[in-house]
Amino acid sequence: MGPAPPTDWNRISARKVPDKMAAGRTLYEKIWDAHVVHEEPGQPSLIYIDRHLIHEGTSPQALAGLKAANRKVRRPELTFAAMDHSVSTKNRLLPVVDEDARNQFEALAKNCEEHGVHLFDMHSKNQGIVHVIGPELGITQPGQTIVCGDSHTSTHGAFGALAFGIGTSEIEHVLATQCLSQFKSKTMNVEFQGKRPHGVTSKDMILAVIGKIGIAGGTGYVFEYTGEAVRGLSMEARMTMCNMSIEGGARAGMVAPDDTTFTYMEGRPFVPRGKEFEEAVAYWRSLATDKDAKYDSTLTIHSGELAPMVTWGTNPGMVTQVTDKVPDPQSFNDPVDRAAASRALEYMDLKPGTKIEDIALDRVFIGSCTNSRLEDLRAAAKVVAGHHVAKSLKQALVVPGSRAVKAEAEAEGLDQIFRDAGFEWRDAGCSMCIGMNDDVLLSGERSASTSNRNFEGRQGKGSRTHLVSPVMAAAAALEGHFVDIRKIKDLEGAE
Amino acid sequence: MEPFIKHTGMVAPMDRVNVDTDQMVPKQFLKLLTRQGYGRVLFYDWRYTAGEKPNPDFVLNQPRYKGASIIVARANFGCGSSREHAPWAILDYGFHAILAPSYADIFYNNCFKNGILPVTLSNEQIDEIFKRVEKEPGYSLTVDLENNVVTDNHGLRYEFEIDPFRRDCLLRGLDDIGLTLVHETKISSFEAKGHKHPKLHSPVDVKFHSDTPHAAHHN
Repeated sequence: MGPAPPTDWNRISARKVPDKMAAGRTLYEKIWDAHVVHEEPGQPSLIYIDRHLIHEGTSPQALAGLKAANRKVRRPELTFAAMDHSVSTKNRLLPVVDEDARNQFEALAKNCEEHGVHLFDMHSKNQGIVHVIGPELGITQPGQTIVCGDSHTSTHGAFGALAFGIGTSEIEHVLATQCLSQFKSKTMNVEFQGKRPHGVTSKDMILAVIGKIGIAGGTGYVFEYTGEAVRGLSMEARMTMCNMSIEGGARAGMVAPDDTTFTYMEGRPFVPRGKEFEEAVAYWRSLATDKDAKYDSTLTIHSGELAPMVTWGTNPGMVTQVTDKVPDPQSFNDPVDRAAASRALEYMDLKPGTKIEDIALDRVFIGSCTNSRLEDLRAAAKVVAGHHVAKSLKQALVVPGSRAVKAEAEAEGLDQIFRDAGFEWRDAGCSMCIGMNDDVLLSGERSASTSNRNFEGRQGKGSRTHLVSPVMAAAAALEGHFVDIRKIKDLEGAE
Repeated sequence: MEPFIKHTGMVAPMDRVNVDTDQMVPKQFLKLLTRQGYGRVLFYDWRYTAGEKPNPDFVLNQPRYKGASIIVARANFGCGSSREHAPWAILDYGFHAILAPSYADIFYNNCFKNGILPVTLSNEQIDEIFKRVEKEPGYSLTVDLENNVVTDNHGLRYEFEIDPFRRDCLLRGLDDIGLTLVHETKISSFEAKGHKHPKLHSPVDVKFHSDTPHAAHHN
């Protein structure tokens, strides 16, 4: 499977006129129907929002707007705030020297205080990336509508929720009304047939999808991930997959809740208890797409053909298997795609035909809302245990997604494994995925990163990012260049 | 919000596919607390070299595009991050309309919230506009939302489609929140019905605020 141009639509069997007379409904349609507050022909529907997550980066202007219009937060108890984007991952007891970041933190704290919104500030023991703490605390639940001023809100869809990113004007709208005006999306069944091969993670599965359809392939759609390989994924792995739905252009990604979901949820702080939990589970079970429901289109992936993936360009669709080579831009049919590939290779300082495994790295980052959960850290620790990062590497960084993940990892001794192997072990936050704090690449530096975007300048001006899974990042850190994780022995369970 | 009815202005070309919002407003400018003032940083990393010197190779720095108020762009314009800073920067720089074959979902929505009109045209039509921009310095277009048409002075006339509701909101500069609050009774009755979703359990073991208060907010 080489890099496919974004116009590779022949793999998608679009059903132009979905048979709406069919009785069955999809997961998406069930959640949508349960949340319609108002609808009339020719207009977007007014949809009720169950959970609103905010962070310091995109909320201050919304709260200022609310204040200017003399409006209140309608349902503060359904709104949860976290400090994640700009927080230091080093010593939080030190003063925040970045004045702009300090202003953001102070604005968020003041706004939450004023409106009675729950805030996980940088000193809370439950602080973390908003998309990690929502699920971990049980704030995220199946069947909900969840929004946040952050495109990776799609993460929460792993629970069978309808979750998507919104802009600041929409944040203000939700704060004021607890509703959003929405046009209904089309649905795409992204079906992974068969079992996931050894060494292939959900990160590789979603990168393969994006490689096939391109980064705009899902525009206008909500993805539902189905099939044997998806059912076999843990909640953490499903979150990784849903997280990157937006990188395929989709509004949201979802997985129907099942026993894996309910087992994960039971006992989490905000999840109902006892009889209420049983009733909730009964409702959650009813959300699964009906057998006779119709999707607007279907994309079929044969899981057996999947392999560990590495991005070579400047968007997540520029991706290939670890055993492949950097493609030749001339191999792209469309002139616009050809120009984009040429430009990407120039930016990435890569020559066509270079083996992916020969690409040498400066830094390795294990973290972000995509891959910073306990399971990710366990898998990476298993790879590095008893080894040391390559001498050629300038830095190898592990940033847990939340303080709870950090504490659990430390209780298991993972921090010591990483430290012994030459990794830095940090406090929780978005960190080098977006580089709003001081965790950045210098211009011209190259990273293997478990994050979600390899855009130009994403990890620092002039930074060169290759997206991979946690085990691939860990193995690359040891060797100083990419290696096929499938060649490494003793990996049972590390995926 | 300012209404968008009809706009005539010079066109600047952005001849790249998949221009993402990280390029429009890089992360270091996401720490500001305002909606204004982002025009200066639009396309920052492309636009400036070290020391904030204008990069002469970047298209918007070419003298012939000074004063442009319409962007013609390639497919999937505005992909990536949900940051509304991107349309704020576009508007603050002086752009009022965008012409492209397609847009990313969140960015497209965000444009309408800020009085910017993102027009969708076919690949062939966009190619033709790129050619005309290249050929004629100062090339201008008129984007007419009342008649759903893009025209120039040389006979170009492209009709475009747009959702009627979004069109109406732009034409009238409507406030979204105000529109929704018209349905206050319906929202309240929806809430009163207590739809099926399980309640939040009230946890006793969750720490919202500082374990170590006041540590970080001192100078």
